[in-house]
Amino acid sequence: MADLVNALLVIVLVLNLFALGTSRIIRVIRTVAVQGALLGLLPLLVHEHITLSVIMVSAAAIALKGIAIPAIMIHALRDVRIKREVEPLISLLTSIILGALASAAALLFAGRLPLASQHAGTLLVPAAIANVIVGFIFLTTRFKALSQVVGYLVVENGIFTFGMLLIEAMPLIVEMGVLLDLFVGIFVTCIIVNRINRAFSSTDTRLLVALKG
Amino acid sequence: MAGALILLPLAMAAVCAALPSRRWRVWLLPATALAHLTLTVGALSRPELGVGSEWLVLDPPGRVILLAVSVVFLISSCYAVGDLRLRPDRPNRVFCACWLGVLGVMTLVTWSHHLGLLWVAIEATTLVTAPLIYFNHTQRSIEATWKYLLVGSVGIALALLGTFFLAYASLSAGFESLTFEDLLSHAPKLSKPWLHAAFVLLLVGYGTKMGLAPMHSWKPDAYGEAPGGVGAVLAGCVTSCAFLAILRVYHICNAAGEGAYAARRLMVLGLFSMAVAGLFMIGQRDFKRMLAYSSVEHMGILVLGLGIGAPALFGTLLHVLTNGLTKGALFLSAENIQRVYDSKSTERVSGALRQLPGSGALFFAGFLAITGSPPFGPFISEFAILNGAFAAGRFAVGGLFLFFLLIVFIGMGMTVLQVVQGPGGPGGRGDPEGTEPGAAHQPARRDELLTTLPVAGFMALVLLLGLYIPAPVTALLNDAVRFLETRP
Repeated sequence: MADLVNALLVIVLVLNLFALGTSRIIRVIRTVAVQGALLGLLPLLVHEHITLSVIMVSAAAIALKGIAIPAIMIHALRDVRIKREVEPLISLLTSIILGALASAAALLFAGRLPLASQHAGTLLVPAAIANVIVGFIFLTTRFKALSQVVGYLVVENGIFTFGMLLIEAMPLIVEMGVLLDLFVGIFVTCIIVNRINRAFSSTDTRLLVALKG
Repeated sequence: MAGALILLPLAMAAVCAALPSRRWRVWLLPATALAHLTLTVGALSRPELGVGSEWLVLDPPGRVILLAVSVVFLISSCYAVGDLRLRPDRPNRVFCACWLGVLGVMTLVTWSHHLGLLWVAIEATTLVTAPLIYFNHTQRSIEATWKYLLVGSVGIALALLGTFFLAYASLSAGFESLTFEDLLSHAPKLSKPWLHAAFVLLLVGYGTKMGLAPMHSWKPDAYGEAPGGVGAVLAGCVTSCAFLAILRVYHICNAAGEGAYAARRLMVLGLFSMAVAGLFMIGQRDFKRMLAYSSVEHMGILVLGLGIGAPALFGTLLHVLTNGLTKGALFLSAENIQRVYDSKSTERVSGALRQLPGSGALFFAGFLAITGSPPFGPFISEFAILNGAFAAGRFAVGGLFLFFLLIVFIGMGMTVLQVVQGPGGPGGRGDPEGTEPGAAHQPARRDELLTTLPVAGFMALVLLLGLYIPAPVTALLNDAVRFLETRP
């Protein structure tokens, strides 16, 4: 089972680099959707005893991260009629390299963390840290509002991955609450993205500079 | 009791969303808030009602925050009635529903004894308040809402990571749990490296929600653009809820024997917030943004007091109450002034004392109170924190605290005096560009009863806490201090 989990996490890490390397926002959203759906499978693979609550968390994660949230974002994207992240702060190639460096650093760093013996062999911790860093790369170097929402989603995916190390601490209802918050958060944010576009005729967050001091 | 307190506002929010009459809808706000306060007083007076389930427990610090939230919310709700009446141009369905929703999720924060549930509730406060900040539907309010949502959500996401780290610290110790009781009773066994990392992440995450510098960037924008009543709820209630989360984390660290590690970081962040707030307040032309920086400063004072520890805890918890009430008075009176002058810049606003004797005077009194002048409540709480700093032997911290208070007093004073002094009459009448949709309904250019009385109510309570703290409140605060000091 551990090998399968690790294989899945390697794909997740590669998807990060793929998302960093494309300028078409719809492709970024779809990549992160696939990533979310793959991560949604994790609870089924990590837990030894498949209970009803594990299945429900997995199903909810796949439905929200893989289908509902990307659907909302793609809907918002169509409304605002933009296709590409035109001028990121750093070039796409540079961000791929940064992302790869972040993943390598996360691997090295995780090896030095005091992990419980049963978690020593999995990639869960490095994948979680790498995702959080990659999410922050999106948040800080992309200026289209929806790209920044993608960044938030990637950070959240990383945190979800770390949560797989915990079995009893997060009961079903709390896990569902977290997913619901994420969903509503993205929903509200997408509405605001739409309003930004209507008011400023653009979703470039660099235009949002009226409030200073 | 937990169920009633949490579900009542949420149910009324649903009623608000369904009710077709906009005139009757607004009256549900104070009615629900009054019912909530009544239930709160009931829950506070009978501690045996404070246990809802394993995850929902109203412990002494939770009681203090719940009281602060409920009182500030009731007065702000009364204000919202008057305020919304003067804004007939804006639909109020979403506003009213979200307004009551905030009360429900904030109550959940005060009861949460499971750190995961606590996170869910605090994130929910961000989501429910976003439409309130967006109420004016202007370009500026969109910008403010965007920053609030993005910075708030990302910050809070780090707090979730910190929560997971804390759970991992417990897993390494041989038990795995996120309930507050478990973490507290097994605290000495928690894995130290994970606990340290968790503390930093939780401090950054919930600190973002509190608006501590340097994670405060959303705050001046959100408070500046939100309607005044919303500013009062954000600065008086929501930030207090985030403070409760930091209080819980600090409590666990303290029980784990890592109090010194946590205290140093809290004090540094607290003093830094005060310094940044002071710097940005000097020469601030926008008086609502000035209030936002004042909120940054007072959040700094709260975590500073927490960092100083036992001798300052009473003052810190009292400061949650006094700061919340004074911020209420300031934001509401500032909104009254802004409404009449149609501006919140000192370039166009002066002579508020003549134009609006009620709101102008209350705004000025609120300024004196929040900067720690006697005989108001914040003087007592800030003095208690200062006393605590000296009693704990932290003379440098106490000295810096006084110095920053002085800078804030000067910076804030300059702006406030420009607003209240001078000949009456707005600098520019109405709205010259005619861009405001409400320009057709010029509100009365004087004090209105419904929007001035709540401000007076806030200031009366602030004055009361300065002159005499009622015995039940003292008992409540002492209970909370004892609770925070005990180690399992």
